[in-house]
Amino acid sequence: MKTCLVVDDSGVVRKIARRILEGMEFTVIEAEDGAVALEACKRALPDAVLLDWNMPVMDGFEFLVQLRRMPGGDQPKVVFCTTENGIDHISRALHAGANEYIMKPFDKDIVIAKFQEVGLLALDTPAEA
Amino acid sequence: MTPPDYEYLRKLLKDHSGLDLSADKQYLIESRLLPLARKSGLSGIPDLVAKIRAGSSTHTVQVVEAMTTNETFFFRDKVPFDHFRDTIMPEVLKARAARRSVRIWCAAGSTGQEPYSLAMCLKEMGAALAGWRVEIIATDLSQEVLEKSKAGIYSQFEVQRGLPIQMLVKYFKQSGELWQINPELRAMVQHRQLNLLHDFSQLGTFDVVFCRNVLIYFDQDTKINIFNRLARLMEADGFLVLGAAETVVGLTDTFKPIPERRGLYRPSGVRAALAMPRPAMAVGY
Repeated sequence: MKTCLVVDDSGVVRKIARRILEGMEFTVIEAEDGAVALEACKRALPDAVLLDWNMPVMDGFEFLVQLRRMPGGDQPKVVFCTTENGIDHISRALHAGANEYIMKPFDKDIVIAKFQEVGLLALDTPAEA
Repeated sequence: MTPPDYEYLRKLLKDHSGLDLSADKQYLIESRLLPLARKSGLSGIPDLVAKIRAGSSTHTVQVVEAMTTNETFFFRDKVPFDHFRDTIMPEVLKARAARRSVRIWCAAGSTGQEPYSLAMCLKEMGAALAGWRVEIIATDLSQEVLEKSKAGIYSQFEVQRGLPIQMLVKYFKQSGELWQINPELRAMVQHRQLNLLHDFSQLGTFDVVFCRNVLIYFDQDTKINIFNRLARLMEADGFLVLGAAETVVGLTDTFKPIPERRGLYRPSGVRAALAMPRPAMAVGY
């Protein structure tokens, strides 16, 4: 089973993401900010990271930069999931090594489409998974 | 909705668009036509049916458009676009090297996601197509969806389904929460209103035809008729791309499947006798 680290300071968003990802047969780990997420990655690298941008302590962008510098940190597929929907933020994220980008609000279909796009899910995964 | 109203709408849709609804699709009609009825200031579907029975061509067109507009998104199903890039275009580049032109038809272009996905694939080919004349013709039954396609403006939700983020950054311009595909790609796509039940021979000859997820709504005789007419306007070495749930097998021998390329077909060279389908009633367009 693949693992996905959900990084978001909103407990509600983490809960919604968990429900969607568990429906896609991912094991879900949660972190409420980038620093907690980085500690989780030091213990074990996940297959995927669903990553908010604006969070206290350490934001998503800083987490991504540090993750990509870690040994093996180029392996997890990182999908931003944020209200920062401007093209400047998207470009910065891609430049820093993000694999995909979800603009909130999001739903199950969008998560499935983006995870398929980066090869985390088979193409025939139905939207009602 | 009363059973007579449902039967009336089924027949109306069959006559005008070829849409062949089974007897258990009341929910589909209700989900699409109730919002339309309310938008028109009517209390519900019975009132909408009454307007059409009274001869309102405006309401008839709106009903046909509402029922035949399909959900679509960029790079839908992904595999057909892999075929386009990896199988179809390499062959077209070789076969058309002398005349340096390619004509592509999106037969159910809808709101533009499919033709613009093809346009993006072609742009990604870069120098390989330098100096080529490229035509993408997008047709649809609905003028309303064609207008949306022409504008090339999509919501944040629409650009997130199937479109890789790198493509969004590269080919779209952001305006608030909307995204517009860039003028160069928009200029690659020509739009025409067309009912597949009617004669489409005037469109000319095509190297590639995408006809995906539209024939599933037609009955068998209509499908056969459309396949046979498609075969006549395709180059002998052209490609037909169908949806994952569609096939020519068992319907016509005018196309043959390409082994190990699901959804991809080529003209077989067999020419079937043609009979136009029963003419649709005039609906005001």
